[in-house]
Amino acid sequence: MSGSKVGMEVKNLRVVYDGFIAVADTSLRVNAGESLGIVGESGSGKSTVLRAICGLAPKQSGTVQLIGQSQDPLPLPGSKPFRRLVQMVFQDPYGSLHPRQTVDRILAEPLAIHNMDDAETRIERALEEVGLGTGFRFRYPHQLSGGQRQRIAIARALILEPQILLLDEPTSALDASVQAEVLNLLEDLRARRGLTFVMVSHDLAVVTHLCERLMVMQRGQTVELLSSIDLAANRVSDPYTRTLMEASTGFRRGSEEIGEPA
Amino acid sequence: MNSAADIAPKESLHNWLMSDRPQSRRQAALGRAYGGWRTFSRNRLAMLGLAIVIALVLIAILADVLAPYSPYIGDLRTTRLLPPSSAHWFGTDDQGRDIFSRVIHGSRITLYVVVLVAILAAPIGLVVGTVAGYAGGWLDAALMRITDIFLAFPRLILALAFVAALGPGIENAVIAIAITSWPPYARIARAETLTIRQADYIAAVQLIGASPWRIVLRHIMPLCVSSVIVRVTLDMAGIILTAAGLGFLGLGAQPPMPEWGALIANGRLYVLDQWWVAAAPGAAIFLVSLAFNLLGDGLRDALDPKGVK
Amino acid sequence: MTSRSATDPVLVVDDLRVSFPNRDGGRFEAVRGVSFTLGRERLGIVGESGSGKSQTGRAILGLTAPEGLVTAKRLEFHGTDLLRCSPRQRRELRGGRIAMVLQDPKFSLNPVMTIGDQVVETLLAHTRISAKEARAKAIAALEAVQIDDPQRVYKLYPHEVSGGMGQRAMIAMMLIANPELLIADEPTSALDVTVQLQVLAILDALVIQRGMGLIFISHDLRLVSTFCDRILVMYAGRVVEEIAAGGLADAKHPYTRGLLNCLPRLGDNRHPLPTLDRQPEWAL
Repeated sequence: MSGSKVGMEVKNLRVVYDGFIAVADTSLRVNAGESLGIVGESGSGKSTVLRAICGLAPKQSGTVQLIGQSQDPLPLPGSKPFRRLVQMVFQDPYGSLHPRQTVDRILAEPLAIHNMDDAETRIERALEEVGLGTGFRFRYPHQLSGGQRQRIAIARALILEPQILLLDEPTSALDASVQAEVLNLLEDLRARRGLTFVMVSHDLAVVTHLCERLMVMQRGQTVELLSSIDLAANRVSDPYTRTLMEASTGFRRGSEEIGEPA
Repeated sequence: MNSAADIAPKESLHNWLMSDRPQSRRQAALGRAYGGWRTFSRNRLAMLGLAIVIALVLIAILADVLAPYSPYIGDLRTTRLLPPSSAHWFGTDDQGRDIFSRVIHGSRITLYVVVLVAILAAPIGLVVGTVAGYAGGWLDAALMRITDIFLAFPRLILALAFVAALGPGIENAVIAIAITSWPPYARIARAETLTIRQADYIAAVQLIGASPWRIVLRHIMPLCVSSVIVRVTLDMAGIILTAAGLGFLGLGAQPPMPEWGALIANGRLYVLDQWWVAAAPGAAIFLVSLAFNLLGDGLRDALDPKGVK
Repeated sequence: MTSRSATDPVLVVDDLRVSFPNRDGGRFEAVRGVSFTLGRERLGIVGESGSGKSQTGRAILGLTAPEGLVTAKRLEFHGTDLLRCSPRQRRELRGGRIAMVLQDPKFSLNPVMTIGDQVVETLLAHTRISAKEARAKAIAALEAVQIDDPQRVYKLYPHEVSGGMGQRAMIAMMLIANPELLIADEPTSALDVTVQLQVLAILDALVIQRGMGLIFISHDLRLVSTFCDRILVMYAGRVVEEIAAGGLADAKHPYTRGLLNCLPRLGDNRHPLPTLDRQPEWAL
C-alpha cells in the first residue's frame, strides 16, 4: 500500500461559539507521514481544532489546506474527495457507533456513500486489519466491549483508505490493558499504511508514545511546540507545559498549592 | 426417547436468537426482534391489550362469517328494540337490526379509520420532525410554526369545516383526524432528533460525506420511529373516540354504516328505556381504546433503546 | 459521640459477595468474596471495569441496586452490622458517619438546587440546628475545601462552576456532617490532571485533620499508589493482591505486574507496548 503523500496545514484557525473563543489563531503543519500530538486540558480547544478541520465545528476564520505532492489539485476541506483523504476516530466508543446498526452496516455505509464496489471483501479485510474476526460482523454495538467498539470505529475510519487520520482521545475511555492493545494497533496501522496522524490527548504518556511532535494548548492558544523527545528529556520552555509534565507523575504530598480555578 | 429430541430444537432456536455472536444479518435482526418480544411478553397487561387488538383485527376480517344477521336489514315489525336475548345477544335497535352484527361490522370501520390515520399522520409527523430537528435554523422555525398552526385546530371544528367544504363521509373524517393528529409526532421526532444530532455516530457519518437526507432518513429516523410508534398506539384510543365523536355528530360515517359512534348517537334517543342500543357500541369503544393504551404502554417498555439488551 | 480509639478498625469486611440476576435466569457475581479491614488510613481499591470495585463501595453503603444480592460473613462499621441493621439506621449512617463521593459532579449534584442549598440540606438531614447556623456551617465547609469566595459559590448552580469546583463542593457536602469513613468512587477521573492533584490534596488534608478512614476506588493504579497507604488490586470480583504504598515495583501477582507494564510511560521507548495476557486462572 502506498504511503501517505498528503499532509495538512492549518493557518490562523479561529473558532468562536457565541462569543466564546474556543480556538484563537492556531496554526499547525503536519507533513505526509508525520504524527502530531495536540495536548491540553479541558477547555484548551484541542478537540475543537480537530472538529474544525473536518467541518464539524464552525470556523470563523483561518484556512485548512492539504499539502503535498499530487498531480491533481488537492481537494478542498468539506468536499467529498477530502472526506476520503481525512477521517476521524472519536473518543467515546459507546457513542461513536450507531446503536441500531450492525457492524456490517456501519462498515458498509462509507462504501455505499462513496460508491466503492467490492464491499464484502473490503469489510472482511477491514475487520481482520483491526484484529477482529468475521464473527463480529453481525453484532450490534451493545454486544461489543469498549475495546472492540473502538476497533470498529478505527476500521470504519480506515475503510475509505484515507491518508490522514485524526484521533480525538481514542483511548481515554478505555481500560488500561485495552488501551495498550489499541495503541499498538494504531501504531501498527500507521506503519503499514504510512498514515499521517493528528492526535489529541490529555495524557502526555500516551501522546508521546504515538507522536513525534507535540503542540501544547491552553485556553484556545498554542503555548508550545516541541518534539516528544524533548518533552521526555524535560527540555521544555513553557511553564504550563512543565506543570502538565509534573502533574503526570502523580500526587506528591506537601508539594501542592491549592489554587483557585474559576 | 421423545423428550430429548423435542427439547433440543426449541432450545437451540432460542439460543440461536439470543446468541451474542450472530453470524448473519438475518440472525442479528431476528435476534433483536426476539429480544424486544421477550421484554414485551413479560408485561401481562400489554399482552392482554395485544390479544384484544388481534381479536379486533380477526373480527373485522371475519365479520361476514361471524355476524349472525345482516347489519343493514331489519324487520321493523317484529324485531324492533328487542332487549338482549339468546337470539339477539346485544338486542336490536330502532330499525330492527341486530346490534351484535352491527357492532361486528363496525369493527371494520374502526380499524379502517385507525390504520388510515396512523399511515397518514405518523410519516408526516416523523418527516417534519426529523427534518426540522436536523436542519435547525429557519427551516426548523418554519416547520415548527406550521406544526403549531395545525396543533391549534380542534379536531371537531376542523372536521366541521371539511364537511362543509367536501360533504360528510368516513374518508373526509379520516383526513380531518389525520391532519390534526400529526403535530405531536412531529414534536416527539424533533425532540429526539435534537438529542441524536449531537451524537458522535452522526458526526462520523457526516464526516464520511453522507448527504443530510441520507443522514435523516437512514440514521436518525430509525431511532425516532419507536417513540413515534408508541405515541401513535397510545393515540389510537383518542382517534377512535374522535371518529366516534364525529360519527355521533353525523359527520363521519353516514347511515346505514354501523360505525360505533353513530350507533351510540342512535342509541342516545332510547337510552333511558332501551339502554342496550348504546351500551354495546359504547363498551366496544371502551374495550378497544383500553387495549390500545395497554399495547402502547407495553411497546414503550419493550422499545426503549436503553432497555433493549 | 463514641470515642475513637486509634486501634479500632473503622470498617471490617469479611467475604463480601454481590450478585445480580442475569438475562438467562442465572446470577452474575460482581463481587466474589472480598475481605479487608480499614483503619484510619487511605485504602485504595484499584481495578478495571468489571472488576467489582464500584460494587464493593456501594455494597458498604447499602446502595446496591434492588435486584442485587449482598451477603458477607461480616460487614461492620465501628461495630454496627451494616447488613442486618434497619433501613432507618442505615439512613442515619449514610451521609452522617459514612459518606460517598462519586465520579462526575455533573451527575451527582442536583442541577436545580444551588450548591449552598445542597450542602445545607445534607447538614439538616443529620443534625438539628437552625437554618442560620446551617448556612454558616455550609460556608465554613466550602472554605475548608479551599474555595476562595464561598459566599459567591454558595449561590451558584452546579452547571455554573467548573468540574474541579463541583467536585470540591461535593466533598464539602459529604464532609460537613463529619463522617468517620469516606468512600470515594473515581472522584478525580472526570477532572483535568492539574485539578485532580488539587482535589487529592484537599482530600488528603481533610483525612489527616479529621482522622477519617478513606476508601479510594479508581482505575488509575499509578495515581492511587502515589496517594494511598495501602492498595487492593481487584480482578473479576476478587482481591488478587494487596500492596503497600511505594511497593508497586515489588508487586507479585501477574495481573498487577501486567497492568503496570502495559501503561505507556513518559520517556519510555517500548514499541509495541506489552499487553496484558489474561490468564483464566486469575478469575478463579
